[in-house]
Amino acid sequence: MAPSVLDMTTPPHPHQAGPVIRTQALTKTFTRHKQTVEAVRGLDLEVADGELVAFLGPNGAGKSTTLRMLTTLVAPTSGTARVAGYDVVTEQRAVRRSIGYVGQGNAAGHQQRGRDEVVSQARAHGLGRAAADARADELLAAFDLADHAGRPVSTLSGGQRRRLDVAIGLVHRPRLMFLDEPSTGLDPQNRVNLQEQVQRLNRELGTTIVLTTHYLEEADAIADRVIVIDHGVVIADDSAQRLKAGLGDLVSLGFATPDDAAAAAARAARIDGSTVDLVGAHGTDVAVRVAHGRDLAADLVTELASSGTPVRRIEVASATLDDVFLNLTGRSLRETQGGTTGAADHTEGAAA
Amino acid sequence: MSTLTGSTAGTGDPAIATASLQQDAAVAPGFLADTWNVMVRELKPMLREPASVLFAMVQPLVFLALFAPLLPDEGLGGSALQWFVPGIIAMTALMGASMTGSNLSLEINTGSHERLLVSPLRRSSLLVGRALKEVVPMLAQAVLIVAVVTPFSFDLHPGGVLLGLAILALFSVGIGALSFALALVSAGQDWLFWTVQQTLIFPLLLLAGVLLPIDDSAPGWLRFLADLNPLGYIIEAERALFAGTVPADTVAYGALAAAGVAVLGLVVGLRTMRRSS
Repeated sequence: MAPSVLDMTTPPHPHQAGPVIRTQALTKTFTRHKQTVEAVRGLDLEVADGELVAFLGPNGAGKSTTLRMLTTLVAPTSGTARVAGYDVVTEQRAVRRSIGYVGQGNAAGHQQRGRDEVVSQARAHGLGRAAADARADELLAAFDLADHAGRPVSTLSGGQRRRLDVAIGLVHRPRLMFLDEPSTGLDPQNRVNLQEQVQRLNRELGTTIVLTTHYLEEADAIADRVIVIDHGVVIADDSAQRLKAGLGDLVSLGFATPDDAAAAAARAARIDGSTVDLVGAHGTDVAVRVAHGRDLAADLVTELASSGTPVRRIEVASATLDDVFLNLTGRSLRETQGGTTGAADHTEGAAA
Repeated sequence: MSTLTGSTAGTGDPAIATASLQQDAAVAPGFLADTWNVMVRELKPMLREPASVLFAMVQPLVFLALFAPLLPDEGLGGSALQWFVPGIIAMTALMGASMTGSNLSLEINTGSHERLLVSPLRRSSLLVGRALKEVVPMLAQAVLIVAVVTPFSFDLHPGGVLLGLAILALFSVGIGALSFALALVSAGQDWLFWTVQQTLIFPLLLLAGVLLPIDDSAPGWLRFLADLNPLGYIIEAERALFAGTVPADTVAYGALAAAGVAVLGLVVGLRTMRRSS
């Protein structure tokens, strides 16, 4: 094999004008138990070459259905989508040849041997016998699976199976890769490993990545761009950093008396763009949500002390994506994951 | 636990990094190549672990050993074995092919079917490849049975047997495709697949006269139902062919019935597949 150095002189992907993904008014409705469910409602989306995009949202929000439309698994009810330059309805085969896909389940059949599955996928993508064999060995080595590829897939660990899924998805060196809830069911260590692998694929090879997740931390940690989806519509679309910065930091101040707190609240309310709430059981706490709160807090504390309302406790927290979601929907993403976890996504998948 | 990135983190793994434009060399496989790929993929687990199939292959022999001696030689137009063997081989074909879908069900549940759907493999190849896969164990089974019974009161007529197996292969493809469609329809509800499969398979076998001949002493309604059963015509043809005779009409009816099942299976299978995505 060639030395394991990335050749920077040749662009890893053909240069193509325009977005890699473009949807217009993409809509999917299911009919279940005589009720119409609008899984995705009029999605307009553009993803440029080389982006790493995460669809974030609670189960049943429509993110998996969107992904299934983009990967030709589900036909849209209305609207259009072009992926890698091809229409997902009229040019399905061309789309399938252009994309890599890692689904919620396992790519390799559980009764199969891992290596056989990689070879079969390579053949499906048109590689000759020798090329398919060579490619399988390359990938299995790269994903540290060489020693396990001769065993039935059902005997592999969850982490090994997930690596095999990704290896199979990369057989044809796709320039665009879709991953549907890739880290669900993985232990924390394997989750981090997978995230690193996905990031490297994006950073080092320029592969465009679109993944869905309901893990806030995952979207926050790896995606350049987070598209928050709820009830089938995009409610936010920006970098995690800007989404959080837009919401501002939360400065929590504690005072000795409710009077002090009220005075401080009045002062804090004069800061541009701030939202102030009196909180705490005794009305002695003030919560100030403001852009750049981290930088403003020290001055505010000094000023409050000099005006006779000294701050007793202070805490500054940057916004999380959950705060962003809460601010947009009035619900916490963490809470919406309780109760019906999995069920909603499962029906979504089964409907396909 | 080894990591995903290994020790080469940052430098790029050769396999992933050499994303040059070599893929232009890859030619889109045609229908036959896709079908072959799917069929070989289906056969791989068997080839990797032949012992898993051996047990299943012994089953019909047990049937043969424990049931054939109960049959009288008279009234069957030859030895009981000569009469019974073609039926048993047809039964094996039906049983095997009707279970095609169970493997698909498993793959729908674990996710690999979805991966195949997003791959460039043709939908028709996914169906035909899986259905064809049943032909291979069926043929192996037939060879085994014939080899075992030939030393006994079974006269081997190779030409007839080969033609008979060709008809059965056609039938297997049809049943395999129907089973495939059934698995798609009952995705996520395994019980539905097995209920339908089991409910249909035994009436089909009994009404085809696999175990006991359906002759003039049978009640009219039963003969009427048997006349509707394509497997009945196939078994008639098999018995004639295995006995070394080639009565044109019987063989033609059998071949037509098998071809009819094959066409029905492929049409239903493809339609179900298109509708389910």
